[in-house]
Order: sequence, then C-alpha cells, then structure tokens
Amino acid sequence: MAIAGTILGRLLKAALTLLAIAVLNFFLIHAAPGDPAAVLAGEAGAADEQMIADLRAQFGLDKPLYVQLFTYVGNILTLDLGYSFRQGAPVLDLILERLPATLILTLTAFWISLLAGVALGVAASARVGKFTDSLITGTALLFYATPLYWAALMAVLVFSVQLGWLPGFGYETVGSGYGGFDRAIDILKHLILPALTLGLFFMAVYMRMTRASMLEVAQQDFVKTARAKGLAPATIRRRHILRNALLPVVTLAGLQAGQLVGGAVLTETVFAWPGIGRLMFESLAARDYNTILGVFLVSAAMVIIFNIITDIVYRLIDPRIGHKA
Amino acid sequence: MKHLKLTTFLVAAMLATGAAAQQDGGRLDLIVQPEPPGLMLGLVQNGPTQMVAGQIYEGLLRYNTDLEPQPSLAKSWEIAEDGMTYTFHLNEGVTWHDGTPFSAEDVVFTTKFLQDNHARFRAAFSHVESVDAPDANTVVINMKEPYGPFINAFEAGSMPIVPKHIYEGTDYATNEMNATPIGTGPYKFVEWSKGSYIHLTKNDDYYIDGLPHIEDLYYRVVPDAASRAVAFETGEVSVLPGGAVENWDVKRLTEMDGVCSTSKGWEFFAPHAWMWLNNREGPTADKRFRQAVMFALDREFVKDVVWNGFGTVPTGPVSSKTNFYTDDVPQYPHDPEKAKELLAEMNYDGTPVRVLPLPYGETWQRWAEAVKQNLEEVGIKVDIDSADVAGWNEKTASWDYDMAFTYLYQYGDPALGVARNYTADQIKKGSPWNNVEGYENPELDKMWAAAAIEPDNEKRQEMYTEIQQQIVEDVPVAWLLEIEFPTIYRCNIKNLITTGIGLNDGLRDAWIEQ
Repeated sequence: MAIAGTILGRLLKAALTLLAIAVLNFFLIHAAPGDPAAVLAGEAGAADEQMIADLRAQFGLDKPLYVQLFTYVGNILTLDLGYSFRQGAPVLDLILERLPATLILTLTAFWISLLAGVALGVAASARVGKFTDSLITGTALLFYATPLYWAALMAVLVFSVQLGWLPGFGYETVGSGYGGFDRAIDILKHLILPALTLGLFFMAVYMRMTRASMLEVAQQDFVKTARAKGLAPATIRRRHILRNALLPVVTLAGLQAGQLVGGAVLTETVFAWPGIGRLMFESLAARDYNTILGVFLVSAAMVIIFNIITDIVYRLIDPRIGHKA
Repeated sequence: MKHLKLTTFLVAAMLATGAAAQQDGGRLDLIVQPEPPGLMLGLVQNGPTQMVAGQIYEGLLRYNTDLEPQPSLAKSWEIAEDGMTYTFHLNEGVTWHDGTPFSAEDVVFTTKFLQDNHARFRAAFSHVESVDAPDANTVVINMKEPYGPFINAFEAGSMPIVPKHIYEGTDYATNEMNATPIGTGPYKFVEWSKGSYIHLTKNDDYYIDGLPHIEDLYYRVVPDAASRAVAFETGEVSVLPGGAVENWDVKRLTEMDGVCSTSKGWEFFAPHAWMWLNNREGPTADKRFRQAVMFALDREFVKDVVWNGFGTVPTGPVSSKTNFYTDDVPQYPHDPEKAKELLAEMNYDGTPVRVLPLPYGETWQRWAEAVKQNLEEVGIKVDIDSADVAGWNEKTASWDYDMAFTYLYQYGDPALGVARNYTADQIKKGSPWNNVEGYENPELDKMWAAAAIEPDNEKRQEMYTEIQQQIVEDVPVAWLLEIEFPTIYRCNIKNLITTGIGLNDGLRDAWIEQ
C-alpha cells in the first residue's frame, strides 16, 4: 500500500513536471532562428512572399506567440500532440511509427550492456589483480574511450564490407517479403551491429562500476561476519556482496533507461535505423515544431517513468530504503 | 519568330530501334537524400521530392540534354508565329494510376492548382492570359505577351500535371491522397516506410507500349554520407544520385569494377554556385572590394581540391551549359596582387567580413575554409559564421551576412533561373531565393525585362551578352563554380539518364541487363 501511495504521488508530480517541460521546450524551440515555412520554402529552391505567408498561416505561425502557446498546451492536456504539416501526418502517428524501432534498438543495447557489464564486473572483481582482471578492465577502457561513430563505422567496414557477415545498415531487408519468424531473424541480423556499438560504452561503465562496488562491499563487516559463519564464497558473493554492490549500478541504469527514447541519434543515423532519434534530429533541422515538441514530451515522460521504476527496483533490492522515508 | 511546327513524335518507332536488346524486369535500389517531406509534387518541390515523384507525375514536356523540348504527356505542340498561343496535343489513352482517364481538363485544373502552391510556376504563368481545353486531348494557352522561355516551363518539376478528380474542391494541403500520390507516370506509388524506403512499382497500364522496363524501384533513405558509400560498395544500392556521397568518395567508388558514372542529366538545372556579397552595407558594398574578392579567390584550386576536379569555373551569372551564355565578359583570374591594389585604392580599413557557409555537408565547410584562406592572403579579415539549414535561411532572408554561399538552378533559360537574382523587383526581405545581395541597376532591369519577352533568339543573345558583361563588371555576387554532380551507378543499368533533368524522369527508359 505504501508503494502504491508513493507511486500515485510521484505520478501527480510527474504530470506537473511534464507540463513545465512542455512550456519550456516550446519557448526554447521558438527561440531558434528560422521557422518551418522558411525551411520548406528554402528546400523548394524557389519561393515568393505569398508562398511563405500562406505556409505560415497554414502552420498557425501568423498568430501571436502566446496564442500559439495556449493552443499547444490546450492540445497536450487533451493528449493531442498536434499535426506535422511538414510530413502531412498527426505527430502521435509519426512517433508511434518510429518508436518500436528505437525501443528494439535501445532495449537490446540496454540489456546487453547491463548484463554483460555486471557479469564482467563480477568476474573482474573475483580475480582482482590477475590477468583476467587486467584484460577485462583494459578492454572496457578501450570501449569507454572509443567515439561511438568511429566504432560504428569500423564495425560496418569489418563485418559488413570486408567479411559480408552482417548487413551494414537498415532495419530489415527491404522488399524481401519476409513475414513472421523469418522477419524476426532478419531484423535481429540488422540489429546486431547497431545494438553492440550503442551498448559498448555503457557496458564499460557498468563493468567498472560493478567491479569497484563489489571490491568495496567485500571489505565491509557483514561480509566478514558471513565468512566467519562459514558460508560458501559463491553464496557470499551473490547474496551479500552483489546485492549491495548493485545499488549504484541501478542508479546508472535508471539514467541510461531514461535515454531509451531519443538517446540513439548518432547510432540511428550511421546505421540508417528508422527510429525516433532521427525523427527528432530531422524535425529539429526542419523546425517542424509540433513533431519536435512531441518527441521531447514523450522522451521526458519516459525519463520520469524510468525514474519511478528505478525507485521501485531500489526497494526490491534493498527493502530498508522504503522504510527510512 | 520561326514557325516551330513540330510534327507528331513517333515515340513507338523511336523505341523500336534497339528494343531487341532491352530486358524487362528486375529491381533497382537508389539513394534518396535527404528523405523528402512529401511526394505530392504539386505541393512540394524540393530536390528529393522531384527525384522520386518525377516517376509518378509527368509534365507536358521533357527536355533532352541540349534542352530541346520532347514529348511527354503532350505528343506534339505548336507555337503561333507571334508567340501568343501555345497549342498542346495530348497523348491518347492515358490513365491516372487509379484508372481514371486523363484529359485536357486535368491540365486546365493543374494550372489553377499550381498557381496556389508553386512559386516558380506562378512566376512563369504570370505571362499567361487564359488556358482552355477545346476538346479532351487539346490544351490551348493564350499569352498576355510573347514570352520566349515559356517553352522551357513544362517539365515534371516545373509543371507536374495533377489529377482533377482527386483535388478539385478539397483542401489541397490536408487531402489524404497526398500520402498515396496518383499520377500518370511510368511508376506507381506502393509504400513509404518513413525513415527507411519508398517503394514504387511498374505502371502496367503506362501509355507507351513496352515502358517502363524495371519492375520495382526502392528509394532508400540513408542519412549518413559514409553509410551511403558503404551501401553502394556492398551492392545494396546500385544508383547514387549526384551529391549522395561526399566528393572525396567519388573517385574511390567510380574506380570499382563494373561501376560507371556520368555528369549528364543536370543540364536543365545547371546548378550555379556563388557567394552573395552584401551590396547594401559593410566593405562588400564597395564595388572595388567585390572585384578584389574575385581576384583573391583561387577558384581553380577549389574546383580541383574541394570538388575533386568536378565542375567548371564560371565566367559570370549564366552557366556555360545553358542557353544565351557568353564568355565575352571581364575576366577575374586568381591575382592576389591585383586584389591588394584594389583594396588599397578603396582604403579598406580591415573591417572583418562574416562568411556564411551552406549547411549541406563537409564539402561546403571545406569550401568556406578555402575562401577564408584566399581572402586572408590579401588582407581581408574573415569570420566564418556557421548555421544549420533553418538558421542559414533566416540569415540570408533577413540579409544578416556579408558573404553567403548559395547555389541556384538555372532552369534552361536566363529569364527563368538567372534574372531573379539580379533584378531590383526581386529584392524581397524574407525569402532566400531572390536578389538577396541587393543589387540595383535600373538600366539592366529594363534589359532583363525586354530580353524575356523578345521573340527573336538572336536579339535575345545580344541582350543577354550585354547584361552579362555589365553584371560581371559590377560583381554583385562572387561566382564560384558550375557544380557537377556525378551520378554513380552499376554499369549493367542502361539508359539511366536520357534527359536534361536526369534521374528525375530517367527511370521511364532505364532497364537492367541481367
């Protein structure tokens, strides 16, 4: 019950936060030079004042800014994200169309980095100072220091151009007519390179954090007590050390999870992945106000939701946390 | 004017020659870059839209690489001797992709539709008095005055014929059919997976027997230039349209086995690059400063290094690839000493100039750096003032710059694609596609106006020669390069580029050797 009450309170606060974020975003985006009418006219390679004036009227940009703001806030309060005149579709449709691709990519990268990172961290801490430890720590450092776009391009050059094992870009084989299981396998093949490149950096971070945290917890008195009681070393590591060592890792995972939507712009660009990060970037470049505000809002909502989830996970790992508050 | 009675063009007979070797079928993957905002060509006219939608929609005419009109939806046409009437005879048996018959009424409706939505069309049609359809296959256009370049305004991008039965009486911008465009062209729209690809398929009911040859077209959206090069290397796409990869990748890709490239197919557009020099204020307001800039620039170097040898150094406002060009104009070779003299003569006080590059990729950044270096060599201080596309639009449209990179299409005639940058009536704040530099020369304005409606081509040439000589003397902008965008493709794709607008309507005739 306590948890349910807390969550309800958190959701209320979250709604207010979201509203504030929406208004702030609105002003930020309108502060950037240029507007969608000018961009569209510019791309057409020819425009006269009449065309630009027509476009502005169509987009509602001819109205005073405060009127546009009230219209916008009124819309989002009724869960209407508006219409993208540039793409000729409702913003919600555009976002829902792109969201699955991004979630597949970022969630895969998230679990790969979290599971592999924690596993490697535990392994390194168990053999601290030995060769395995140096190997894992060294590799992680390399991943940590490598710029994402470079890693991505190298991966494509090696595995796609040279070896021809994996597709170098795209979400699935275009025009293949695959369905069901074949399609899933096809998407999976396309997923490997982008998910790995996106996951490498966080894997390194989790690995280092797990290792450091494990070593720290291992020095504490309750672990000595457990040892003195004669518990098996594996049990101590799993039940006593890891459980406590995971808390900082969960904090960081919560932060990464907040970026699951919209946090993969670079990877999506290099791998031509039709996700929401690219939608955000392209809409920003085109000053497609409604779309960009929609993506920002959905991303902000995700960050808040994942914050709440992180808090719940904390309590599950360490029940003391809820009682203190 | 010479009577230009063109007899019916025997398209079928033309195609019969060599038809034996042509193979049907196959699938072609091309790059489209960037992803078009829409495919309804009557509403959106940016480059990527023209490239894809040019297979779906058609104009009354096409233009060969010498910019001579060819039949398209119109099989023949006559221009009255006084230049006041254009009569088009339409192909018979043409249907829209939804099966509705195409007729002259669609053309008449199109002229109304485009006047509301297409700035370039609106300008060309300002010389038109009325458009009539005396019968289902004839369109008669009556002019207010003779307008020589008018015959160049009928290709698919300038005047795409739109279906009356779908758009009449609707709100064009929000019509749901915009998402599933219906045209008369050789390919039909199938699917647009946003962010991934656009799929078109062969129009089996196309009115020219035996065309098109290719079964499926996939326009792939790949946002990163390096990834586009990889896509071509791995064979996943077989056509890289001009500008799809950065210039330094062109050489490597064209040296691969079985890879061909061509610079043809851009004659109609003849992209001309220059820097707008702000004629209103700052050092660039002084003609001597602008001439000094021209002498300071090493344009050959940029062509060879930044553009990897592609392109031609221009002599003035008119592209050497288009009609009414002359090279009999003042010359500006790379001459830093001459530039320094001019700067000394005007007592240039060292005020820095702000250079605004075009936000269209690495090549343009490098170009701005080369210009900065050239100008600093002769003592001009330069700040590079970068912006994204929207910011670039804003700065140029509000005249907030000293020198700004741009390039414009020429559209086959100085009156269509060149005059708009130099006449005083085109000085309009708020749009980046007119006389942004603020050049005013009343004498020349009169000549531009007279040349546009002069029916005699020899007299037009004389007038345009004089215009070019005077403008090049005044240097309102710094002409940089006649840009060449090579199309890179696998050699087994034949007939890919057959007209002056290249890939934009090229897939009608293309076929793949199996």
